[in-house]
Amino acid sequence: MKIHEYQAKEILRRVGVETPRGIPSFSVEEAVEAGRTLGGSVWVVKAQIHAGGRGKGGGVTLARTIDEIREHASHILGMRLVTPQTGPGGRIVKRLLIEQGANIRSELYAAMLVDRASQRVVLMASSAGGMNIEEVAANTPDRIHRTYIDPMTGLTNEQAAEMARKIGIPEALAKQAVVLFRGMYSAFDETDASLVEINPLVLTTDGRVVALDAKMNFDDNALFRHPDIAAMRDIDEEDEAEIEASKFGLSYISLDGDIGCLVNGAGLAMATMDIIKLYGASPANFLDVGGGANAEKVTEAFKLMLKNPNVKAILINIFGGIMKCDVIAQGVVEAARQVKLSVPLVVRLEGTNVDLGKKMLSESGLPIISAANMADAAQEVVAAAKRQ
Amino acid sequence: MSILINKNTRVITQGITGKTGQFHTHACATYAGGRDCFVAGVTPGKGGQSFESIPIFDTVTEAKAATGATASVIYVPPPYAAAAIDEAVEAGLDLVICITEGIPVRDMIRTRYKMQGRHTRLVGPNCPGVITPDEIKIGIMPGHIHKKGAVGVVSRSGTLTYEAVGQLMEQKLGQSSCVGIGGDPVNGLKHLDVMKMFNDDPQTEAVVMVGEIGGSDEEECAWWVKANMRKPVVGFIAGVTAPPGKRMGHAGAIISGGTGSAAEKLAVMEECGIKITRNPAQIGELARAVLK
Repeated sequence: MKIHEYQAKEILRRVGVETPRGIPSFSVEEAVEAGRTLGGSVWVVKAQIHAGGRGKGGGVTLARTIDEIREHASHILGMRLVTPQTGPGGRIVKRLLIEQGANIRSELYAAMLVDRASQRVVLMASSAGGMNIEEVAANTPDRIHRTYIDPMTGLTNEQAAEMARKIGIPEALAKQAVVLFRGMYSAFDETDASLVEINPLVLTTDGRVVALDAKMNFDDNALFRHPDIAAMRDIDEEDEAEIEASKFGLSYISLDGDIGCLVNGAGLAMATMDIIKLYGASPANFLDVGGGANAEKVTEAFKLMLKNPNVKAILINIFGGIMKCDVIAQGVVEAARQVKLSVPLVVRLEGTNVDLGKKMLSESGLPIISAANMADAAQEVVAAAKRQ
Repeated sequence: MSILINKNTRVITQGITGKTGQFHTHACATYAGGRDCFVAGVTPGKGGQSFESIPIFDTVTEAKAATGATASVIYVPPPYAAAAIDEAVEAGLDLVICITEGIPVRDMIRTRYKMQGRHTRLVGPNCPGVITPDEIKIGIMPGHIHKKGAVGVVSRSGTLTYEAVGQLMEQKLGQSSCVGIGGDPVNGLKHLDVMKMFNDDPQTEAVVMVGEIGGSDEEECAWWVKANMRKPVVGFIAGVTAPPGKRMGHAGAIISGGTGSAAEKLAVMEECGIKITRNPAQIGELARAVLK
């Protein structure tokens, strides 16, 4: 699960990480009021969406007067913000963060995430922070420093201090950096985070170490023990079809092709998308119905796929293990009748009770194209979509 | 021969009184020699009861002492599953197969830390389990699609593993053992660990390796294969079409920073002499080809 920058900063402030003073705002009037409350002479108006690269898309602007706050807030609130991470559709901005401006001396980078190879949390940091960190990582990987965290001791003072030295934080500011790095780990560990990223981490001209931006993601599997974090969810930031899918225990992701696919298991679902591509078309979605799908789940999955106007044909690929093919077939028949299926449907069944399942499909009277195997299924569905 | 498990393996089911535990313990006990293999169950507070004449104990240590079991399979719900692994490790079992999906990563980091220096091997979590066809199945895979033979299978997926096995069977190729290592970012055995075992197993003549986007386990395995493997290896990676940064159901299936993409993994595997296919429908044919 993702949260907004202002929410991440609230969490980080609680563990001693210094951030600019700021107030979240949901309207232009609130933004103006926030500016007055904060005081000072320079403010930053920041769009709050769950995607990075906001500065590049025009979602972060400086204001030097209260009137400028009003002007920028009016412009940004409600705008469709397109960044390299939002996709071409962009996101509608519904929340702002108004912050006091900071006098930046240098921009650094710090992040924490789980490293699969060492099976530990890793602190990554660099002296090269800011908008182009991905290029830095790709072109000069030696400028990214890593330290691996022992889960029993946590990030030690020594590790934190050494990292501060490596990324060029002056000795006078080392203590502040140690507090910040150790705070990042406390926040990460206490909230079951999957990512804490501070970019940029800035050194100010008045000698402070400040998290100018902050991003936090969380392990969905651990949200059950963090109701406070779960409450920060903003469904405006999520895909409508994906939210609908999660209500029925389906894992769904919208894509931009024209072949709907319904598969059991994430690996087989990805492989099915791959083979569709291989035969010259593109998947309209990723859809994993999971191990325990029943007729109702299959019906809901159908409805979801058909809400997408781009879908020209549907491929069902099921390898039944626990899930029996006759149960799937029953669901397919019911769903096809209920939703008055208007596009070609190719079904490939394999595994437990496959013969019974195939018989049910052929006796249903529905115009279902039955496929013998995965390759056959992909060729049939691509051909069917092209005929549409 | 086979790897990890055979007809002489004695197994404890942790979480045997839950719906999932009962369903799959029944299926495993009725597969091949399963009645002899599944000797105990564990559910705290239910010691003294039994399930289909399998005795239930309060702790793994008790179950081990009473039955001589050396392996366990875990169906315990996610919030308690890591603690169940810890218990099996502390009881000194040789092998723990954790089927449970959805264990918090933070729990697994601590569990793996505590496993350092212990001899217990962990398969999973979030995996279909391990099967040595016609001898024993420990997990949730459909037993009837398998047959004893000479191909080893190692995979991060569930149903995609069944797909690979189904294709092997179309080619009349049986399997020595099939190991689902699971898709979670922090887990037990990796492709590499299982590959080494297949290399040392006299029954295994070729290996099918099925991977997914994310991480670098497949690449590490491929480099080892290049230097050490004495048997042909066939590979497929799912997720060529997965858009970067999108999460495709598995916690492990995340592309980050341009590494761990399917294209990159396939390139490394090919460079290391693994016969790869970009077509998931050709895994079986490819295995047939390398065995000729």
